[in-house]
Amino acid sequence: MYHFPCYLIPDTYKMNRWNPTIINAPSDISADETFDLKGEICPYTFVKSKLMLEMMESGQILQVIVDNDESATNVPKSLTNEGNTVLGTEKINETDWMITVRKK
Amino acid sequence: MLGFTNEQIYRYSRHIILPDVGGAGQKKLLKAKVLLIGAGGLGSPTAMYLAAAGVGTLGIVEFDTVDLSNLQRQLLHRTQDVGRPKIDSAQDTINALNPDVRVVKHKVVLDSTNVMDIIKDYDIIVNGTDNFPTRYLVNDACVFAGKPLVDGSIFMFEGQATVYDAAHDGPCYRCLFPTPPPPGEVPSCQEAGVLGVLPGIIGSIQAIEVIKLILGKGDSLKGRLLLFDAMAMEFREMKIEKDPHCPVCGEHPTITELIDYEQFCGVPFPAAPELLEPELVLV
Repeated sequence: MYHFPCYLIPDTYKMNRWNPTIINAPSDISADETFDLKGEICPYTFVKSKLMLEMMESGQILQVIVDNDESATNVPKSLTNEGNTVLGTEKINETDWMITVRKK
Repeated sequence: MLGFTNEQIYRYSRHIILPDVGGAGQKKLLKAKVLLIGAGGLGSPTAMYLAAAGVGTLGIVEFDTVDLSNLQRQLLHRTQDVGRPKIDSAQDTINALNPDVRVVKHKVVLDSTNVMDIIKDYDIIVNGTDNFPTRYLVNDACVFAGKPLVDGSIFMFEGQATVYDAAHDGPCYRCLFPTPPPPGEVPSCQEAGVLGVLPGIIGSIQAIEVIKLILGKGDSLKGRLLLFDAMAMEFREMKIEKDPHCPVCGEHPTITELIDYEQFCGVPFPAAPELLEPELVLV
């Protein structure tokens, strides 16, 4: 395996790459569906969230639980890119995150 | 779960992620029925990419056996397949790649007596034929049945691809080339040669067009003839229009039933003088 000399590695790669943007969901939100995706990794956390949303109606709210920072960083971004509204990205315990999204 | 098996979610994840595919598009692919005319140079990449994409039913029309000289370009077949029916090695390769795909084998020589019955069950027909009688036969049959025909042809270092869809205001093959010339005026396929990679390019373009038609997304090659020159490494495009005087799809068609032409190999372009190169097909 080839190792890049450290001076070629950008600083951002030396830091933790995954920094979920914390958004506190409004307290009066009630989810139409919840989906436990613990144990799943990127990009399948997004793929399964997207498939779940496809089975729901426009305007409905989905909450997904993921257990890694990478998913908590990327899933909200990808859901937003597809036109949905991310209402919350919250750390709910030591490892798990709850992402709340309204279907476009 | 979610309308897919867990394995399917993983297998097709890179499609499902695409905004223009998603779960709904992937389900369309899994339900689609596509017929490949030929499992040779063009049919190989088309079949493999459509199988990988999860096109649920792939029909293959092929009666030939694998020859050592096929392996330079026909990726469905392996050295150990020499002498086997191509349709059997094609099925093995496709099912090894993706067991979701149902392969329907049509081990026949296409002619006017069987073509309508074979194509009737399919949504889209893909032309990978190596001869002109079949090319005209399949074109006419698709016009009569109202099916889109994703066409490709290759010759030496050049290839072409387009989509004929006479049922939806597109041209058909006879709009460009109304009738074949007499047999004997054209050189033999075996003498011409073809770059082995070339069908990989053209067959892959055909696979893309099939997937776009199934998804109902993008701009198809309907009404456009895409020309590829590997030596110049250049793509060109020619607008092609429906001919109101076309003998088969025009306003007053003179060809109203299927014709079995005698076997011959290539024809010069009769209706497109701007194209100087003779079109030969070697698959």
